Amino acid sequence: MATPPVKVYGPPLSTAVSRVLVCLLEKDVPFQLVPVNMAKMEHKKPDYVKMQPFGQVPAFQDDDITLFESRAICRYLAEKYPNKGTAGLFGTNPLVKASIDQWLEAESQSFNPPSSVLTFQLFFAPLMKLKQDEALIKQNEAKLEKVLDVYENRLGSSRYLAGDEFTLADLSHLPNTQFLVEKTDKAELFTSRKNVGRWWSEISTRPAWKKVVEMQNA
Amino acid sequence: MAIKLYGTAASTATLRAKACLAEKGLDYEFVNVNMSNKEHKTPEFLSRNPFGQVPAFEDGDLKLFESRAITQYLAHAYPDNGTNLIIHDPKKMAIVGVWIEVESQKFDQFGSKLAWELAYKPMFGLTTDDAAVEENEKKLEQVLDVYESRLSESKYLGGDCFTLADLHHLPVLKFLFGTKAKRLFDARPHVSAWAADIQSRPAWVKAITA
Repeated sequence: MATPPVKVYGPPLSTAVSRVLVCLLEKDVPFQLVPVNMAKMEHKKPDYVKMQPFGQVPAFQDDDITLFESRAICRYLAEKYPNKGTAGLFGTNPLVKASIDQWLEAESQSFNPPSSVLTFQLFFAPLMKLKQDEALIKQNEAKLEKVLDVYENRLGSSRYLAGDEFTLADLSHLPNTQFLVEKTDKAELFTSRKNVGRWWSEISTRPAWKKVVEMQNA
Repeated sequence: MAIKLYGTAASTATLRAKACLAEKGLDYEFVNVNMSNKEHKTPEFLSRNPFGQVPAFEDGDLKLFESRAITQYLAHAYPDNGTNLIIHDPKKMAIVGVWIEVESQKFDQFGSKLAWELAYKPMFGLTTDDAAVEENEKKLEQVLDVYESRLSESKYLGGDCFTLADLHHLPVLKFLFGTKAKRLFDARPHVSAWAADIQSRPAWVKAITA
C-alpha cells in the first residue's frame, strides 16, 4: 500500500496532536503518524522547527503543504473533505459555519486556557515529577466552572454546541476533557452537570475518539 | 440596519470586529454596551453573548459572538465588498488559517496581558505589576522572533496580501504601541515594517477615529 500523503508529527498523548488525529479519523482520511521524541528535544531541532517554527507538536503535511496549529489543521481537513467521513463538521453553508466557528472560538478562548492548565497540573506534572501549584489549580478550576455553567445552559436547548449535529466545535473539546474526566479527580466538574455530562458521554463514545484513546494508551 | 455590533471602544475584541467591518466598507449600527454599569451581565446581553463579554454581533437573523468568528463570517459572507480578507485558493487559505491561529493562540495571550499591565491599568488608576510585564515581554519576544523570521520571507503573515491573519493583531498593537512595549517591535526590522504598514491602513485609521 502506498504511503498516505498526510503525515502528522507528534505523540498521540499530546492534546493538540490528538485533536488532529480525531479529526482525521472522523473524516476517514488515511494518515501516517510520525513519532517525535520530545524527551530528546527532537521538536526543538532545526529539521522540525522548519515545519513548526514554535517548536511544538503537531506538525502536519498534506501533499506539498505544511501546516501547524491543531485548530487550523482541523478547519483545513473539514473544508478539504466536506463529504468524506462525518459530514458537516464545519457546516454546509456560511450561516451554520459561522455558528460552528463561534463555539470553536469559545473552546479556544474560554475553555482551553483553564482546562489546559488543569490538565497540565493534574495529569502531566505528576507524570513529569514536577511540583503542582495549588493556587493555580484552584484559580483555573473556578474559571472552568464558569465556562461549564455556560455550556450547561447551552446544551439544555441544543444537542451539540453549535446545533443538532456533532461539529468541530464539540470535537475540539475532546482532548482536554478526556484527561480531566478519566485521569484526574475533576471528573465531577463535567458529570455533575446534567447536560454537559450527557454531551460528554455522547461525544467521547464516538468510534473515532475511542480509537485515539487506544492510540494514547498503546 | 441589518448589521449591528454591540461593544465598547476600549475593548480589543470589539475593535477587531470594527476593523473588519471598516475594511469591508460595510454599514452597521454600533451599539455601546455600558460595562461600568454591568450591562454586559444583564439577561438581555447574555442572550447575545452567554459569556457576558463584548462584542456581540447580528446580521439580520444571524447572531454571533467571538470576534474571530465574526470576522471570518464577514470575510466569507461579503467577498465582493471592500478588501478581500481571505484567499480563495484552498492551499493558500490553509496557510492564512495557520497564522490566524498563531495570533489567537500565541500572540494574543502575551500581547493582551502586556496591554492590560501597561495601557489599561494606568487608565483605571491601578498599579502595573513589573514582574508580570517582564515575564510577558520575554514570552512575547519569543513569538516576535518567529514573526521576524516569517516576515522576512513573506510580506504579510498569511502570504503576499493583507488578510485576517494580520488584521486580528491591530487592536492589541494599538494599545502596545502607546507603551514601552513598542520597543520590542521596533527592535525587529521586518516586524516593525509590517506593524507600521498594517496600522497605517486607511480603514483601520477610520475605525479607531470614527
